[in-house]
Amino acid sequence: MYLTKEEEKTLNGENGPVLERMFRLLVRLGDIYGADKMIPVGSVQVAGVSYKSIGDPGTEFLEDMASKGSKVKVLTYLNPAGMDLENWKNLGFPKDFAKNQLRIMDAFKKMGIVVTSTCTPYLAGNLPRFREHIAWSESSAVSFSNSVIGARTNREGGPSALAAALCGVTPNYGLHLWEKRQPTVKVDVSADLDFNSDFGALGYYVGKQVKNKIPYFSGIKNANTDQLKALGAAMAASGAVALYHVEDLTPEADLVEKKNLEKISVSKKEIKETYDKLNTGKKPDIVIFGCPHASLREISTLANKLDGKKLKKPVWICTSRMVKEAAERMGYNEIIIKAGGSIVADTCMVVSPIEKMGYKTTGVNSGKAANYLPGFCKQEVCFGNIEDLVEGQL
Amino acid sequence: MKGRVISPGKAEGEAIVSTEPIGFYGGIDAKTGIVIEKGHPLEGKKVTDKILIFPCGKGSTVGSYVIYGLKKNNVAPAGIINKETETIVATGVILAGIPCIDQIDIDKIKDGDKIVLDAEKGEVKII
Repeated sequence: MYLTKEEEKTLNGENGPVLERMFRLLVRLGDIYGADKMIPVGSVQVAGVSYKSIGDPGTEFLEDMASKGSKVKVLTYLNPAGMDLENWKNLGFPKDFAKNQLRIMDAFKKMGIVVTSTCTPYLAGNLPRFREHIAWSESSAVSFSNSVIGARTNREGGPSALAAALCGVTPNYGLHLWEKRQPTVKVDVSADLDFNSDFGALGYYVGKQVKNKIPYFSGIKNANTDQLKALGAAMAASGAVALYHVEDLTPEADLVEKKNLEKISVSKKEIKETYDKLNTGKKPDIVIFGCPHASLREISTLANKLDGKKLKKPVWICTSRMVKEAAERMGYNEIIIKAGGSIVADTCMVVSPIEKMGYKTTGVNSGKAANYLPGFCKQEVCFGNIEDLVEGQL
Repeated sequence: MKGRVISPGKAEGEAIVSTEPIGFYGGIDAKTGIVIEKGHPLEGKKVTDKILIFPCGKGSTVGSYVIYGLKKNNVAPAGIINKETETIVATGVILAGIPCIDQIDIDKIKDGDKIVLDAEKGEVKII
């Protein structure tokens, strides 16, 4: 790989041991995947933020780098933390967990990273442009920025994204290259998709089928950004889909080569079977929305459904701190809290220790959450649409 | 068999083979090295000190930290062999220093085979 003089210096340790280690990781990845050079990135999103995900080894790794004075070179946001960073006590997050989580946040802040904690940075002030090179790592954010915005990023591992933030560059390979953004499988959808959970079910099914391919969808008549967010998140969780195209809806769909593609079809039957498969539980102890983090529109929908009602069992909606602030101004939070629900910011159900908070069965409308909760939070899952899930908690 | 070096080093051990992709985050417990993903072909099995063989990674990008955590907690596999290593696994093994190669026809390796992995030269031997 071609390296500039300055980059050679970094690799030889002339800019300090942290940059050397981080840049070495990028060069190694570039060599493996055939990059010709490093390219500057416009922004970074770093995964591996929750204490639950990275544990003591990850925490010590980050603290070590922060203590050596490392600073990021570009706008860098964070993935969700393991708890609401302000309201953790009231929501019942364990104290020792909180202590470790706050250590992690301190380390990131020292490095100049915006301590935002969201899987939807594009809804919270980190919005790349079409064709901008970025290094993002949360799998649903990668999918959204590549597919819906048309920015260019590989699926970065937490540490490789951090390396890109500290070095300001990423190796030029994979999805940074136009020829690698071409679809490799066509998905014909004949099922009607109404609820966001239908998009989650579609994504879960397709991700399982196509693994790390690039799907080109046809037959999806309409979808708003919340629904595309749900679709991409589920495909990235059940498979490793980092980019998808949707005929007439996503920006690169008209531009890519669509000839001679392997085909799969998804009808009403496959969607129904996916709902059945994801339902491992009977009745939820808790219902959690906002995976990926809820948009203002999703919070307003929930507020409408809870207006004047009384919940018998808890309902949470997870979102970013920025969107929570807007929802506060609109009075949505008050409505949800009055009904007995909670707005949870900075974190999400998958990375928070809900299994230690006494919950055994969780209701979700997210294909991604349904994919992760059984393994990572030891939860039985009730997968359904928002109407049925809210109705069941009243 | 010859492949591409992802993370250099040498390792020997018993093969543990998954025909399905592995998502380390939510898939393997970093404290115990046990596969925890429900319904995964390796569910309940321990990867520690084995040569872990799977087609490719999947799922969350936090997986790199889980691989690093497995190593720090002394429950990591001795080596990893893939059909195709994507960035999440590559980042994890490089950071953790776990020998890893890819572009190997993993269908030729069976559970329990004794494996010698030379991830300096990019070679795999079944003995």
